Amino acid sequence: MKQTLAQKLIARSTGAAAIVGEVVTANVDLAMIHDSGGPRRVEPLLQEWGVGLWDTSKVVLISDHFVPGDTEEGARILTLTRQWAREKSVTFHDGEGICHVVLPEKGHLTPGMFVVGGDSHSPTGGAFGCYMFGVGATEMAGVLATGEIWVKVPGTILIEWTGRLNPGVVAKDMMLQVCGEIGMDGGQYQAIEYAGEAVRALSMQERMTMSNMAAELGGQVGLIAPDETTAAFLANAGAPEADWSDLHTDEGADLLAHHKFNASTLPPQVAAPHSPANAMPATEASSDVDVAYIGACTGAKYEDLAAAAAILKGQKIAPGVSIAVAPSSAQDQQRATNEGIMKIFEDAGARILPNACGICAGYGTDRLGADVTCISSTARNFKGRMGDPTSQVWLASPYTVAASAIAGRITDPREFL
Amino acid sequence: MPRIFLFGDNIDTDQMAPGQHMKGGIEALAAHCLEGVRSEFSSTVKRGDIVVGGKNFGVGSSREQAAEALKHLGVSCVIATSFAGIFYRNALNLGLPAMVASTLDGIEDGAEASIDQRAGTLITNGRTIALEPIPENIAPMLAAGGLVPFLKQRFQGAA
Repeated sequence: MKQTLAQKLIARSTGAAAIVGEVVTANVDLAMIHDSGGPRRVEPLLQEWGVGLWDTSKVVLISDHFVPGDTEEGARILTLTRQWAREKSVTFHDGEGICHVVLPEKGHLTPGMFVVGGDSHSPTGGAFGCYMFGVGATEMAGVLATGEIWVKVPGTILIEWTGRLNPGVVAKDMMLQVCGEIGMDGGQYQAIEYAGEAVRALSMQERMTMSNMAAELGGQVGLIAPDETTAAFLANAGAPEADWSDLHTDEGADLLAHHKFNASTLPPQVAAPHSPANAMPATEASSDVDVAYIGACTGAKYEDLAAAAAILKGQKIAPGVSIAVAPSSAQDQQRATNEGIMKIFEDAGARILPNACGICAGYGTDRLGADVTCISSTARNFKGRMGDPTSQVWLASPYTVAASAIAGRITDPREFL
Repeated sequence: MPRIFLFGDNIDTDQMAPGQHMKGGIEALAAHCLEGVRSEFSSTVKRGDIVVGGKNFGVGSSREQAAEALKHLGVSCVIATSFAGIFYRNALNLGLPAMVASTLDGIEDGAEASIDQRAGTLITNGRTIALEPIPENIAPMLAAGGLVPFLKQRFQGAA
């Protein structure tokens, strides 16, 4: 019987064949929680049930939402989070970056795992061939207590990218294009799988951007079949070796839908306020910008920083425009520092913000003010998400954000390459 | 005998838990549940009644209160030709059975009906309509009233 990657991953977690549409109980290999939806929300339920964690070695806690604790509430929540981590003896990455980036960076993921995350961008783990999805705090408490979760075996929506990306065009542009074409409900809470020559050619951090934004398509997961690129990244991260040879969708397996895109003809994209589905080529957008933001799990990993810096090098940003950079992880920021990339941001007058969710999640003191127009490398531009309800957020790649900061208006970055 | 409340396609979470009443808690949400498509719904629905919708029932946000409002009003089961994924998860985890029907032919608004969740049948107007049965592995959770009471029983029963 020909199987999709999603079916194979679920079958591994249950020990039985996975039939599309069936509800099965999966054994969870890893649960990831953060400071916002984690200890403060799950502990009261665990206490109500009178139970501890099912397996402390399979829980990873990462602080990223309230870091650096610059509000009274944030500081209080971080204190509670740290205390819980000590009491429960779970692996805790405190202030080291955003959970979806830190988890693979620290070697916690290997292909074939079934992983549940307490955050909506949890499909990011699909880039590593893990069945990883997000749940709310109540379901997470259930997972922490039992190590189990029910799942309806999804159909697969295959998103195939042929051709090769041109210089100045990246995974973020691919995803904005897909959001525009199939819409924010195009994923139908089924399994999205990215494939094709252009996807195979992407680095792991670029693949993470693809899987991350499966959330914006409404998919449960955003899978990419593991290959040598995956194995090399994970070996470097210190992850245990895994056998991924069978982790791919069989030729001829039943698909729910098959969408085809061509990377070779894709121009840089932007998404107008207030939806990632409002995608259009950057050359067709006309707006001045006040703030340029390089941040979030989606858009401030090492390669995102390198892309923005390649545009900003030797350039001055437009008068009246402010630029802020929140590197996704401390490790990526350190590498960017070593390579002179952070110096380029500093020379351009950028404010460097903590390795945290920050403005993207509307946390902290740097939220957007009234009537501010922002161009952002993040994933979501919903009304009011990043600050005042009158603020306007355009989504774009790190290249396009940097180019627009220089020009003071939305600009195709290829003018600066 | 339970009665059927029949709705159309794409009933969204804002219809069930209107955003402007979110701050009022579950009582306020339930009082305004589905009023945009059927103003008398919350005042006429009775304990045990059945809500039936077309395709993509529960589309919209991930708010649990959409399913919670129906449950609060006493709705015993939601039937649709398809459900939005997160609503489906939320409904079952809150102890509200959500069942898929292959067709709504023969289902009439206001008609009396009975459901056999394990067999997967809806009997109304003398007809038997097939539903996807409630999966065996989550039936105990539904019987307990949802994930939270189910785990409370499981762990405190074992203690």
